[in-house]
Amino acid sequence: MSAPLTYRYDIDGENFTSAGEASVKVKKALRQLGFSQDVIRRVSIAMYEGEINMVIHANGGFAEVSVYPDRIVIVLDDKGPGIPNVDLAMQAGYSTAPEQIRSLGFGAGMGLPNMKANTDEMTIETEIGVGTKITMTVKVGT
Amino acid sequence: MTVFELKERLSLTPVSLPDPEREVTGGYTGDLLSFVMGSAQSGDAWVTIMSNVNVIAVATLTDVSCVLLAGGVALDEGVAERAVAQGINVLSSPLSAFELCSKVAEQLS
Repeated sequence: MSAPLTYRYDIDGENFTSAGEASVKVKKALRQLGFSQDVIRRVSIAMYEGEINMVIHANGGFAEVSVYPDRIVIVLDDKGPGIPNVDLAMQAGYSTAPEQIRSLGFGAGMGLPNMKANTDEMTIETEIGVGTKITMTVKVGT
Repeated sequence: MTVFELKERLSLTPVSLPDPEREVTGGYTGDLLSFVMGSAQSGDAWVTIMSNVNVIAVATLTDVSCVLLAGGVALDEGVAERAVAQGINVLSSPLSAFELCSKVAEQLS
């Protein structure tokens, strides 16, 4: 068992202009490592949605992407308000994003469903007033 | 068909054209970025009326061949520079999203 290759990013919660930058960096890194288009696409989408969620709802946070030979694990950790009802948040179309966020093209209520759809495993640990930690795994085909 | 050929045939105005020889293999339209993220395919021409910087991030991550701004929409300040830096083709048209989509579809069929 070799140690994974790990990338860490701070997600700036104030800044919609830089939102997505960590995802773009991860995409480039995975491309250089020679992963398939499908794996790169799934990781990029899941990570971008998570990153945007952290900017919209949690005033930023921390992302860590670990690359193993057989899987890529994305951990998104924030100190935001927590998710009161995860089942509801997982429903396609359900959104609590404020109006000015919607005018930027976000808040379609597809973030968490897109993350789930593009990963093989996803767990959400959340506590009201403490924060949310999402762990997603994309398996790499052999 | 390349992005450059599409530009010529539909009289599109280039806003950022770092990769004119990129092949256009399909099309997608939408303005809600999560829908675009989930549905646009690599190589698509993405027709939208969104003009903010997040369009460039979504275009980069979905690997679309170009962003087509419909309805004469102009990119927000500083966004064209970012598009060039990220290697994203962006072109604009005065046509509505509906009209532009129909013309792109005509070219692709």
